[in-house]
Amino acid sequence: MSMVATEADLAEQIKTAQGPLRVQGGGTRGLSGVGEPLSVSGLSGVELYEPGALTLVVKAGTPVVQIREVLAAENQRLAFEPADLRGLLGTQGAPTIGAVFATNSSGPRRIQCGAARDHLLGVRFVDGQGQVIKNGGRVMKNVTGYDLVKLMAGAHGTLGVLTEVSLKVLPQTEAEASVLVSGVDLASAVQTMSAALGSPFDVTGAAYDPEAQVARVRVEGFADSVSYRAVQLQKLLAGFGEVAVEEETSADWADVRDVTAFAGRAGDVWRVSMKPTDAVAAAEQMQADALQFDWGGGLIWALVPEGTDLRARLSVPGGATLIRGSGETRERLGMFPPEPAPLAAISAGLRQKFDPRGILNPGLMG
Amino acid sequence: MQMPVPNPAILARKARLVSRLSQVLPGDAIIEDDSETRAYECDALTAYKCPPMLAVLPSTTNEVSDVLRICHEEGVPVVPRGAGTSLAGGALPTADCVILGVARMNEVLEVDYDNRVIRVQSGRTNLSVSGAVEEDGFFYAPDPSSQLACAIAGNIAMNSGGAHCLKYGVTTNNLLGVTMVMMDGTVVEIGGAHLDAGGLDLLGVICGSEGQLGVVTEATLRILRKPEGARPVLMGFDSNEVAGACVSDIIKSGILPVAIEFMDRPCIRACEAFAKAGYPDCEALLIVEVEGSEDEITWQLNKIIEIARRHDPVELREAQDADEAGRIWLGRKSAFGAMGQINDYMCLDGTIPVSSLPFVLRRIGELSKEFGLDVANVFHAGDGNMHPLILFDANKPGDLETCEAFGAEILKLCVEAGGCLTGEHGVGVEKRDLMLHQYDPADLEAQLHVKDVFDPNWLLNPAKVFPLSVTETRRVAPVAAE
Repeated sequence: MSMVATEADLAEQIKTAQGPLRVQGGGTRGLSGVGEPLSVSGLSGVELYEPGALTLVVKAGTPVVQIREVLAAENQRLAFEPADLRGLLGTQGAPTIGAVFATNSSGPRRIQCGAARDHLLGVRFVDGQGQVIKNGGRVMKNVTGYDLVKLMAGAHGTLGVLTEVSLKVLPQTEAEASVLVSGVDLASAVQTMSAALGSPFDVTGAAYDPEAQVARVRVEGFADSVSYRAVQLQKLLAGFGEVAVEEETSADWADVRDVTAFAGRAGDVWRVSMKPTDAVAAAEQMQADALQFDWGGGLIWALVPEGTDLRARLSVPGGATLIRGSGETRERLGMFPPEPAPLAAISAGLRQKFDPRGILNPGLMG
Repeated sequence: MQMPVPNPAILARKARLVSRLSQVLPGDAIIEDDSETRAYECDALTAYKCPPMLAVLPSTTNEVSDVLRICHEEGVPVVPRGAGTSLAGGALPTADCVILGVARMNEVLEVDYDNRVIRVQSGRTNLSVSGAVEEDGFFYAPDPSSQLACAIAGNIAMNSGGAHCLKYGVTTNNLLGVTMVMMDGTVVEIGGAHLDAGGLDLLGVICGSEGQLGVVTEATLRILRKPEGARPVLMGFDSNEVAGACVSDIIKSGILPVAIEFMDRPCIRACEAFAKAGYPDCEALLIVEVEGSEDEITWQLNKIIEIARRHDPVELREAQDADEAGRIWLGRKSAFGAMGQINDYMCLDGTIPVSSLPFVLRRIGELSKEFGLDVANVFHAGDGNMHPLILFDANKPGDLETCEAFGAEILKLCVEAGGCLTGEHGVGVEKRDLMLHQYDPADLEAQLHVKDVFDPNWLLNPAKVFPLSVTETRRVAPVAAE
């Protein structure tokens, strides 16, 4: 595997590459692909941290665990809750911040504060020809030119290799509580979560476990405010099922985020995005071995027998991404949902412009 | 400010273009008379004017598609226009272009409270999106100050922000999907009522692309439940440094106010003279607003006041009721009117890291003396978005040019301080020629690649965003054969 220590090294490696490169950070996300592995984990370290401006600039290979430590010292955090999928995927290594953004990895708080891409303020990256390019900056509001920052978030390294990211961080909250609604089936769970998310009580998580038949709704903030809102939500949701309030539930939300329910269980894992009210129909269509629901029902994690073409069973608008599956299944079905022809042409056109030789994670996104 | 020389080959084909367009549009949707095209000669950046060759006002996505297909075949540049409220000249025509206005497309297509989304046609005004859901207790969060007039189409083109984006984000954080027509007439659907489906984030790059990648005709927007209430506190300080430190401490404390507005002494004085809001005569004034239930508001304001006290405020005024809240906001909301009362003014829109605030304000003061023009600062302090207002006299020869030069220096200063040229207004023509101060040629080339893919012939709003010298070879579009 090629390791690089500087952005200039990386640019040179890419410029002189003779064949495909498999770009990775800590290698924890189980992305398959062809080519010589190229790790950016040597590009590591904090460049700038301004807690009073809620901004952090770090090299892309910096381990997420190190960033959490730096932020915790100032009582701040990555609000979008990037997932740690090592348990689910059975991988080793340390997740890096570059890969968090390259995969646009967002947890339960997505519904309230946005996705990883919404917290990415600026990037430096090396394109497929070895050119260093920057876009965005380190300020919250910036409309200077095209937003390539968004384009790079979720591009899985196919348009360029991230070398530095600047991001928005948020204060750690003083307290949290979860309102649990028990004895609800999927249809009433979606209604429960919609009611909570449509309330003024600033819900920061809404998940459902169908095996336990429990919907859980999270509030965070100052202690007094959390108690107040938990009580209000308890009243609001009392009609849907048996209601209880739990404190200190962060471990439960980490399980939702990391899909630990499927860790160690055989089968393929799919991540399906749709509007919450389509969740009931989608769940029926999937005929899955097990399901987990997040984002108020708008995100379904599905465990299905190996090799299942889940997309062929689904008719609701949205998209199904294959997160865990054999190389053969990935090859056959593709990781990402296919795009309609005009959009596929745009995506292919962008890849051709940013990586004309087609050497950066070729085939991963189409 | 330079615009490309009109292409005589295109001008010569006006009659043929009108004839083709009239086959796909009703007669009243085509504006070709010189006296009427003048209505489209500028947007809210009124210093620059140029009537278009034609203006068209389609009513459906299909009509937009027909117009673009014909203009594509004829090699005619198209400048999309929302409500024409751009402060950056985003909708400024060229003499050989067709203005495509979406004003007739202003319907609400779907309101979906269970999924918390609304789908609208893009000509609908920002405020009337909230208007469609407010009776049910919901709102659309981005609130540019032109929200009464500005259209969602323009909000998407410029990735518009507003006073409340510290808490709720800007347009890109609240936009879930679009129906867009490509320059060749192809209609595409991107995103929808769902979140983050995988694949490249095309929606993310379309938002903020200033009408250069496609014409958005419909949008799916996130709507939120209104908070139970909101209330501001006003605080005065005897230096910009101290006010800046107070902002930073509030943010670090874990409170996320919905807005933190900053005004400097020249701005305070002008607003006070104009609106008589009872502002203290001090160096710097902050208005901080928080949301929640009555109790939650009180808890948050108490924390904020406790932080402010550590910075020796010369004034600390908590709104006890709606009337007092109104008075606190009165001066700030009339800032632009107050300036207009004194003189002509130019409103800038740079963003800086909050930590650079004292340095940047001091340097703006020095530049003000060098250029001999007064400047007042209002500022979304929570997110570093500055709006320096430079006062000048449009009737005095050379004053506009001095003002433009002064403005350019301030924007360069923002970039040097670690910020950017524009926080929420967009580049348009206004900041086009400063782009190389923020980006290296390779950075700009990467952006041009995106336009090459979406609009290979460079017909959509081609003279904006990038310096003309950088785009010259691309803009020489092949004109269709006779």
